[in-house]
Formats: sequence, C-alpha cells, structure tokens
Amino acid sequence: MLRFFIRRLIVALLVAATVMVLAFIMTRLSGDLAISIAGPNATQTDIEAVRKAYGLDRPLVTQFFDWVGRASLGDLGESFFFKRRVSELIGERMPVTLTLGLTGLMIALVVSLPLGILAAVKENTAFDRLVQIVALLGQAMPSFWLGLLLMIVFGLQLGWLPISGTDSWQSYIMPGVVLAFSAIPALTRLTRAGMIQAMASDYIRTARAKGLSRASILLKHALRNAAIPVVAIAAVQLGFMLGGSIVIEQVFALHGVGFLAWESIAKNDFPVVQAVVLVLAVIYVGLTMLADLLNAVLDPRLRGA
Amino acid sequence: MTTLLEVEKLEVTFGRTAAVRGASLTVAAGETHCLVGESGCGKSVTALSVMNLLVRNAQRRAQRLAFQGQDLLKLSDRGMARLRGNAMAMIFQEPMTSLNPAYTIGSQMTEVLRRHKGASQRAATDRAADLLARVGITAPGMRLGQFPHQLSGGLRQRVMIAMALMCDPQLLIADEPTTALDVTVQAQILRLLAGLQRDLGLGLLLITHDLGIVARVATRVSVMYAGEVVESAPTAELFANPKHPYTQGLLRCVPVPGKIQRNQPLGAIPGTVPRVGPGFEGCAFRDRCDFADETCKHAIPTHHAGSAHDFLCRLPGTPVKALT
Amino acid sequence: MRRGWRNAGTWTGAIIVGIAAFCAIFAPLLVPHDPFAQDLGKRLLVPFWMEGTDPNHLLGTDQLGRDYLSRLIYGCRISMMIGCTVSLVSGLIGITLGVLGGFMGGRVDDVVLFAITTRLSLPVVLVALAVVGLLGSSMSLLMITLGLLLWERFAVVARSTTMQVRNLDFVAAAWCAGCSRFRILAGEVLPNIASHLVVVATLEIALAILLEAALSFLGLGVPPPLPSWGLMIAEAKDYMFFSAWVIVIPGVCLFVLVLGINLLGDGLRDMLGARSDT
Repeated sequence: MLRFFIRRLIVALLVAATVMVLAFIMTRLSGDLAISIAGPNATQTDIEAVRKAYGLDRPLVTQFFDWVGRASLGDLGESFFFKRRVSELIGERMPVTLTLGLTGLMIALVVSLPLGILAAVKENTAFDRLVQIVALLGQAMPSFWLGLLLMIVFGLQLGWLPISGTDSWQSYIMPGVVLAFSAIPALTRLTRAGMIQAMASDYIRTARAKGLSRASILLKHALRNAAIPVVAIAAVQLGFMLGGSIVIEQVFALHGVGFLAWESIAKNDFPVVQAVVLVLAVIYVGLTMLADLLNAVLDPRLRGA
Repeated sequence: MTTLLEVEKLEVTFGRTAAVRGASLTVAAGETHCLVGESGCGKSVTALSVMNLLVRNAQRRAQRLAFQGQDLLKLSDRGMARLRGNAMAMIFQEPMTSLNPAYTIGSQMTEVLRRHKGASQRAATDRAADLLARVGITAPGMRLGQFPHQLSGGLRQRVMIAMALMCDPQLLIADEPTTALDVTVQAQILRLLAGLQRDLGLGLLLITHDLGIVARVATRVSVMYAGEVVESAPTAELFANPKHPYTQGLLRCVPVPGKIQRNQPLGAIPGTVPRVGPGFEGCAFRDRCDFADETCKHAIPTHHAGSAHDFLCRLPGTPVKALT
Repeated sequence: MRRGWRNAGTWTGAIIVGIAAFCAIFAPLLVPHDPFAQDLGKRLLVPFWMEGTDPNHLLGTDQLGRDYLSRLIYGCRISMMIGCTVSLVSGLIGITLGVLGGFMGGRVDDVVLFAITTRLSLPVVLVALAVVGLLGSSMSLLMITLGLLLWERFAVVARSTTMQVRNLDFVAAAWCAGCSRFRILAGEVLPNIASHLVVVATLEIALAILLEAALSFLGLGVPPPLPSWGLMIAEAKDYMFFSAWVIVIPGVCLFVLVLGINLLGDGLRDMLGARSDT
C-alpha cells in the first residue's frame, strides 16, 4: 500500500514538474514579453527597462530554473499588475473558487446519486429512460448560456437570487447549479451502471436470502459497492470544476482564482497566469490521489492486507 | 417426523422457457433430501423459487407450496423476507462471490440476527463466534473482523453455513454447496453439514449433480430431468431399485470400483437434454430412452413402487439393463 | 425496447447533424443577407414571432443591425468547421499516442500514460485562454490550440482497445507470418479499433464546439466580427435583460447541435457495438 502511494507521489511530482515547464513555455509563446508588458506606446528604452526589471534579459533556461526553484518553495513570483505576491493573490481568491467547486459537487451528488439509484431500481422503465434523457440534455448544455438563462429567470424575473458578487451564500447557488450540470450526467450514469451491476451480483442474492429489508439491501449492501467508482470520479470531477470555473466566475462576477486568471490574461500578467495553471494542476493531481485513497478506504480488497 | 416443506407441481417459466414443469417434493425435519440432476434440469430454479429469490420476470405457479403448513404462494414479499434467513435459510454454490466484499464477516453475520430477532450487537457477535467455532473455524474472534477476500473458498463456505444458522432455521437449502470447492474440502463441508443436521435436527434440501454426494448423505433422493421430478425414493431404494430409465442411465454412468471390468465401456446416455417450452406434453426423455413408444408423447402417469418410491413413466416397472 | 428508443434518438441526432452540415457547407448560398453588413438604422429588430417584426429579417437583427438568421447560419459553419478540424487534429495526436502505447507497452506505454495524466491535470479552458490571450485570437490558432489540448479521450480509448486487440490470436498469426509491425498496425489493429474511435471522434466534435463557444463567449476565441454563436451570446449579454431572445436563440442552436451530435455518437456506439467504455 505504502509503496503504491509513494509511486503515485513520484508520478504526481513529475506531472507537476512537467506542468511547470508547459506553463513556462506557454507564457513565453508570444515572443517578447517585455513588449507586451511595456505596452503599445513604449519606446525602446522603456522596453529595455522593463526587460531588466523583470529579469527577461536573462537566458531562458535561467529564467526557467529561477521560476521552478522559487515555485517549489511556494514563491510564485510577483504580479505585474497588482504589484503583490502571486501566492497572496491566489490565497485570497481560492476560498471563493473552492466554495463554488464544493457547492457544485454537493449539488451534483445530491442529484446524481438518488437519480442513479432510482434509475437502476426501475431499470428499463419510463423513469429510467427519462433519467437518461436528462443526462443527455445536461451534457449538451453550454454552461455559460445556462448561467445567463438562470440569471434572467431567477435573478431578474423572479428576483429570488443575486446575480453577481459573493455577498451571501445565495450567490453560490446559481453558479453551483451550473457547475453541477456538467458533472451530473457522468455521475448519474456511473451510479446507475454501478447499482445495476451490484444488484445483479451474488452477494445481493445472499442478502435477499437472509431476509434483509429492501432498504438495507439497496442502500447498505448494493450502494456501498456501487459507490466506490462514483466517489473516485466525484473527486476528479471536482478537479475539472475547479479548472473550468473560469467561465462561471466571469458570468457571475465571482472573484475567485478563475476570475483572477482571466483578468491576468487580459493584462498580460504572466506570473499570475503561470502560477494559476500550476496551482490548478497540482490541485487536480492531489484530488486524483485523494480519489485513490478513497478507493482504498471504501474497498477493503485494495488495502493489500 | 414433521414435514417442513411441501412442494406440489411447481412450475416456473421465464418468458418462453419452462425451467421447471412439475416438481414435487417434501422435506421433513431431520431429513436430507437431495435433488439431483444434470446442469439445466431446473434444480437450482426449484430451490430459488421455494425462497422466492427468482428474478423479476420469472413466473411461479404451484398446486401447493407450503412451509410448516404456511402457504408460501400467498405470502407477500415482506412476509417472505421474515422467513428468509430466519426459519428457512439458503447457501449457494459460489462462496467466492456470495459474500459482500465491503463488509466484515462479523457484520454480515450479526445483521441477520439483529434483523430477525432484534438481538443486541453484543449478543449477535457472541452467537456468530459460537457458530464459526461450530463450523470448524479456528480463532473465530479474529475471523469476525476479517473481510471475505481474506478467506479461502472452503472457509468462506463454512462462514456461509454459519451465517445461515444464525437464527436457528428449521430448513436449510443448499444449492450445490461443494461444487466450486476442492475435492478434499468438499468432503469436509459435507461431513460438517451432515453433523449439523444431526445435532440441530434441520431439514436439509441439498441440490447437487454428484451422485457420490447423494449416496453419502441423502436420506431421500429426487431425480430431476428437463424441469420435472422423474423419480423420488429413499436413497438405498433408489440405488438398489431405480425404476425410471433416466435414473438407470445415470447410475450406469457411474463406474463402481470392483464391479466394473477392464475394457468395459463407461455407460453413457446418448443424446442431449431437450429445450422444453411451457406447452410440452409427454415425457421429455423419450428421445433418449430405450423403452419409448408412441404413448410417451402423451401425459405420463405417476407410479408408486413401494410406500415412498414414485416415478414418472408409462411402464410400471422398467426392466433394468444388467451391467454387461 | 431500449433499441427502439435508441433508434429514435439516433435518427434525431442524424437529422440535426445533417441539417447542420448542410448549413455549414452551403452557408453562402443559404443566407438571406450578408452576415457582416451592418445597418445601424435597423438595430435590434425583433424576430417573426414577436410584434413589429420586419419580414426581411426573419429572426430580427442584432445590436449592429446585422441580420440574425444569416449570422446564425454562418455561426453553424464556424462551429462545424472548428469541431471537425479540432477533432481531426486531436484525433491524429491522440490515436498515434494511444496506439503506440497500447501496442508497444513497456517504457513507451509509461511515457504515453504519463502524457495523458499530465494533460488531464491541465486546466484546459485556462490554458486555451492564456495562449489565445497572449498570441491574439484567430481561427487557425484556436483550432491548433484546441487540437493540441483535447486529445486525451482519443488516446485513452485507442490505447485500451489496441491493448485488447493486440492480445487476440489473429494479431499473433500475422506476427508469425512475418508481417512488419507497421503492417500489423495498419492491417489488423486499426480496422478493429476504428469503430470505437469513430464514436470518440463524434463526441469530441461536440466537446470542441462547446469549448470554442465558451472561449468566444469570453472574448478569446473566434475573433469578431466572425459570427461564432458563443461570441453572439457575449455581444448580446448587455441587452439580454431587455431582449432575451438575442441570447436565447444562439444558445438553443448550440444546445441542439451538441445534443444532436451526442445522440448520433451514442447511436453509432450502439450500432458499431463499441460499448466497452464510456
């Protein structure tokens, strides 16, 4: 078990390292950054000054190792625009994005699990087909459009929910729902498939032969096994949500990490962009490791006893 | 002897396949009744339909299906659930997959007692440990905390047996409990079942395809072919005096050390088991029978040879082909 | 009965995709007006189901007086073009990686798996935005970027199906007969994994279309004045509280097109028997 995790950790570190390289390359793609930072009206001297000030005159390799070295220690550089440490900026915005992501995931689970279980119990009935249609619709829905529609209906016409900002917990409902929409189809399908498979298994026949209650058979015995892959995928979906939150945060004006990245791209503030890509990638890798851990916790067979 | 289980003319259909077309048997307390037949003859389905554990699209009909006098056909699913695991219990063929991999042995055993008798966790755990020891498992306390994947097939089957006994059932149905186990383990499990039955006075309905097992443990035997019970008799009587051509054929297939000669071909029944639909009339064995004639295409009478020996054939007493 | 439903769904999807392809290919012939022609005197005319509509502009006009229907049709062309091109590019990358990894195994496979893991950990929308933001938006850049980012599903499916096929007997037979690796790959492996990959390609088109719409919505996708549906929604955002239809219509188009592609893809999966993985 331990060996397995050490191996995963090494892979995780390698992935983080590769992402660092990619993030670095990505921001250097436009050629001369000094020009973009200095702005359209800069003179040659201005550009040179900028180059010197941001260490852009050093060889690329030096710049890269400087970035890697500092990033590994937590120093993600300084924002050109905000004139503050990037790690501070990210730290400030992260709670918003995390709240958004977790809200989205919770809503998704609250919807998917019961729907998946019911669809499995009523397999091949009209209800089952309805659930599959809903899943299909959810997959086709453009998230930003859904966000705008919800805003119009619930924010403007019904006035129930705030349409922007993070003043209250209600501000997270609509964006959370939109995020959940992207995860619900996959989670519902997985729950349904897992439950169908579990219910057809021999140990469920044994449970029935023991005269256990229907609820116990379904929720205690079948779900416990069907949920194992679902929980793992849920962790990964959270990673996707955090990475994809940039669109939702923009639509609903939520000042999270995604919004920060968005602003920074517009301002060519590449230390921030670089750092956000790295942070999100590291979080994703961490979540996949968490998913593996959850798998091991839930499935005794994986504990290597 | 009190009759525990009465099955009369049980019929089970799945869509267009008639899995069971007329099974009748009884099991009494203290008796081991073996239901024997080849794969696909409907013996497992018979066992499952007694407990009503069939899949959703199965249709079950019978003239009578009663447990301790109570009509099981009229019982709701909830009423049936009160009996399952309680007064009647069942163990299955595949011990490797019949236990839930996510829960400990202990929790799977105690939940039955707590469900049916409202026992406390403490009392249930004690009983579970007792029963594990009873079925020959050492260090029962440790085993209770283990997970199914940590046990071998033979151990798991013992656990299944112990689990079935948690609520002191009167009837135990065992569906090919030793088929998936090694030969040496088979013998142990059979000895265990026989011993338990003796000590607890259980009625045991044992499904098997192995005549050797039948000879060893059965008090009474019912032979099934293509969904029907074609012969039913006390064990010794069946082996000494098989009346139905199929039974005779089966017994011929088993080589008996000492009786069989060198270069003597092993017995075999030519042909294969026919697929039978619900409207099938007559004897299903007629295409493979040496004594078949036109009347075998119509309804076959039940003959009685002796007080407890029934068989389904047009011939009142088929001449036995001697072992040549 | 499930088959029957699938068939209705598949046919619906096929029809939708057919219409979209038709619009995409014949756009210049279909549009009633030039989608780029502005007419500030005729701004925000309402579509035909509302009062005060202009019969010249069936679906009304946008905030710069451009005919809405024409822009929608051209938007369809843009979406289909981007979807298909991105699917092609990402398919080439993903299939190559997946087949190599699945076929060779060992170190090569380790590298391929590592590449997939790394790619999965990247926040795709963010990276695409960053690249476009730094290099300026253009159709070709967008298509290349998305193509370089969306190959993982191809790789995963190609790899797993190749591994399954590799172990089958007829591959071993070809190997014994002295066929070169390349011939085995082309002649034995590819035909057998093709059905799975067609399904993935279909679904990837849908994904690419959604992604492009999101990027264009954020202003870093297809450059204006090109009528990408996402861009149309973004441009209409300022007016959405007064004229809701301006954002509803392109959104509905997106939704219906993606739904159609997904239905077709699911139907293909059932028909080609490629049910092994999601």
